[in-house]
Amino acid sequence: MDLSHAARASRRPVSITAAHNWRDRAATAAADIAETWRLWPLVWTLSMLDIRLRYRGSLLGPFWLTLSTAVMVGSIGFLYARLFHQNVAGYLPFLSISLVLWNFINTITSEGSLCFTQSESMIRAMRMPLSLHAARVVVRNIVVLAHNIVVIVVVFAIFRTIPSLSSFSVLPACALWVIDAMAVSLILGIFGARFRDIPPIVASIVQIAFYLTPIMWNPVMLKHRGLSIVLVEWNPFYALLEIMRGPLLGNPLEPSAWAVALVYSAALVALAGFVFMHARSRIAYWV
Amino acid sequence: MANLIIDNVSVSFPLYHGESRSLKKTMFAAASGRLGEDRKHRLVVEALRNVSFSLHTGDRLGFIGSNGAGKTTLLRTMAGIYEPVGGNITIDGAITALLDPGQGMNFDMTGRENIRLRGLFNGVNDAQIKQLQADVAAFAGLDQFLELPVRTYSSGMVVRLGFALATAIKPQILLMDEWILAGDASFLDKARHRLETMVRGAEILVLSSHSAEIILQWCNRVIWMDGGQIKADGTPEEVLAAYLPPEQFAQAMAAAGVSA
Repeated sequence: MDLSHAARASRRPVSITAAHNWRDRAATAAADIAETWRLWPLVWTLSMLDIRLRYRGSLLGPFWLTLSTAVMVGSIGFLYARLFHQNVAGYLPFLSISLVLWNFINTITSEGSLCFTQSESMIRAMRMPLSLHAARVVVRNIVVLAHNIVVIVVVFAIFRTIPSLSSFSVLPACALWVIDAMAVSLILGIFGARFRDIPPIVASIVQIAFYLTPIMWNPVMLKHRGLSIVLVEWNPFYALLEIMRGPLLGNPLEPSAWAVALVYSAALVALAGFVFMHARSRIAYWV
Repeated sequence: MANLIIDNVSVSFPLYHGESRSLKKTMFAAASGRLGEDRKHRLVVEALRNVSFSLHTGDRLGFIGSNGAGKTTLLRTMAGIYEPVGGNITIDGAITALLDPGQGMNFDMTGRENIRLRGLFNGVNDAQIKQLQADVAAFAGLDQFLELPVRTYSSGMVVRLGFALATAIKPQILLMDEWILAGDASFLDKARHRLETMVRGAEILVLSSHSAEIILQWCNRVIWMDGGQIKADGTPEEVLAAYLPPEQFAQAMAAAGVSA
């Protein structure tokens, strides 16, 4: 079979040069990401096949995720509402958003740190943009997240939680999350390919962050205590969660959370750019 | 028009020993200010050293050389998989590399899904993907197996699928490693026929093989790799005459039906 004209016309001569300066490195890194963008249908299909593969032969398919999240929210919700002396109607919507979003952070970090090592056979068989493997992890987990949103909707409907007017700010927040997820996958994927100790280290750090961040507990509980400055105000996870969670729970827009989220995200993206420019050409040797 | 230009290319592999690969060791080295030294003294294998040549439409290049001479690394570098530490590669034309039987397939996915992914990678539309699936299924003779995960295939079936998949989309530049020439006899005949039409269609062929007979039949230029460098570059007869012991060379010439 011959390639379609369009496919063939899009193939300009490829020049691969050993980069010795940062301008070359930046240009090839940008070309890599642009190529991933162009191959969007492949990224999407790979992500969907990954999910289908995980649930091949199962009755509920990806809705098992939804079910397990629902069970977790339901069981933990009632227990912790008691433990923390919280009102179930206020606590459960809070917990459902928190857990669903944290699931996403958790899987992005654990699967992201394996994104290159797990695509080893593809990387070594043909030339393809390397950022594609990170994008695959991100897209796959966004689709998983979309299944879990059902839980939030149901909990909100049961307790008649009404999102505030500022909920429109969730849209830019989602965009920020996608960008951050991509940056995290690239950084952790590269370190995970070079140092095989990284994935377990990342898993344990994320585990600790889960307990230290206001996910199960409401930040209000810590108010007026010194600890809240470290665990809440300067916590990047809290800021990122709050820009999504706050408006949906009916709270007003919180400029300080946005400021912290943006500063951390900018740092993350800069770091991802630096690491990717530096290591992109070596990934094929490491996996 | 297709061109493939390799200009002064060097490739080296870092050797990560059990310890030097670990984060702990690197961190301690960095903390004690020895990271720079570590980087300078890092052990590397120089797989390719200052390799230069250029190929244009009509070229049929063969690589010969002993195991570990850098033939496969050079093919991977030409395919753009390994990026060189020095030098420059220009690839002008659609390139396909037949480097290992797995062909980057996902072994948990079905044959059909793997074909679809390859089609998407090559930027073809849905109708063409259907055509591609039919073409690969017919050639590989896998029929109902196409609905099963590749993991359940026998190794011969994996080779057949990988080969059919890689040859279904006609490239302008074709890079092949010698694994293709392993397989059961009936498939080998079919494969050889398909490769021959493909080689006629491909504008540039690069082949790595230990078989002098195949090199003589298919190539019009041969590069002898030794220790990551080009030892000789010329017509198949010239280079093979220098590479092979005289009696083997005469045998190969006779087998290939070329008069010396």
